[in-house]
Amino acid sequence: MATIVSLDPRVTRLNIESTDASMDPKPELDQFQTFEVFVQQKTGAHHVHVGCVHAPTSDLALVLAKEQYGRRGTTLNMWVVNTRDVVTTSADDADIFATTPEKKYRDVAAYMVRNKVEEFKKKNLPQDGEKS
Amino acid sequence: MNATKDLLYRIADDCLIIAHRNSEWTGLGPLLEEDIAFSSIAQDKLGHALSLYRILHEEFGERDPDTIAFTRNEKDFTCCHFVELPNGEYDFSLMRHFLFDAAEFLRWTMLKNSSIASVAALAAKIQGETKYHVYHGRTWVIRLASAGNEESKARMQSALETCWPFALGMFEHGVDEQALIREGVFAGEDELKTQWEEFVRSTMVEAGLIIPEHDAAVLGGRKGYHTEHLQPLLDEMTVVFRTDPGAEW
Repeated sequence: MATIVSLDPRVTRLNIESTDASMDPKPELDQFQTFEVFVQQKTGAHHVHVGCVHAPTSDLALVLAKEQYGRRGTTLNMWVVNTRDVVTTSADDADIFATTPEKKYRDVAAYMVRNKVEEFKKKNLPQDGEKS
Repeated sequence: MNATKDLLYRIADDCLIIAHRNSEWTGLGPLLEEDIAFSSIAQDKLGHALSLYRILHEEFGERDPDTIAFTRNEKDFTCCHFVELPNGEYDFSLMRHFLFDAAEFLRWTMLKNSSIASVAALAAKIQGETKYHVYHGRTWVIRLASAGNEESKARMQSALETCWPFALGMFEHGVDEQALIREGVFAGEDELKTQWEEFVRSTMVEAGLIIPEHDAAVLGGRKGYHTEHLQPLLDEMTVVFRTDPGAEW
């Protein structure tokens, strides 16, 4: 029986018989569970969600997350949370947030405080050139 | 060869060859995340080898790192047989990774006190890397042996038995252990082996695996005697370099 000859020497070395037999389809959902990964980049900064990893347990999730998400840039601390423990709003309930963008009075940007600060500075702080 | 150069070559050659072996898993790993983690660890090992070849070049008058890595003959390598063995299946590769990296981590921890300043500085720099490598290997070994199924436990036990005599070969003496100890370069292979056995034993107790009792170490690598697996590895590792040795990359 002829064996598979590949450009990849690692594959050729395996001496896999080359047959025309089709591969068995994989069963559905045969993967490990997933864990959500959160990374903290600086002291005091929030942990930010960066993605997920497949893993059999939470300790292995942390081991694997370190290389998937802590391999580049700076990382100070990392969390993993089992995806099934994440409680989420329903997609059907997106309307509970629908009018929020209109409520500009809740945005910091809505307060025209900058003019007042400038005015205060002008009145109370020495101007350039006035320093003695 | 002087004792310090011999020591640095032994460590660097081990790192270079295990880096190549472990990188053979790239693209073929058992799951995507593990493939990436294992490849990344292999890349770190390559970095350790490069740093040591650089010290040998800059401070000890040896040739440049590429020439050292890609043009020496098999007899000039002083890696142990353990790192030369083909990958086999993932159980073997994982067990070798754990046993090798535990020794490497402890070795670098000892080298933080080395009288060779550049080596001590390198040891301090890469401590976190080698700590993670051990954390990775240890977590998998314990998981597969103590919480997997009958097959995974049997495979890990069998891998440990296959690895053991070769793992003991990591501590084969260099040309002059006493000189290294006397000059404060390195506290010696015997001391390292004692620390390693204690560390490995505690992990194996947790994993529920039994360490073989009476196995003699497989020696010879440190003197340039190798398994039949090293030459084919070198042929493959150097194939691109040899197509145009003078090329600027």
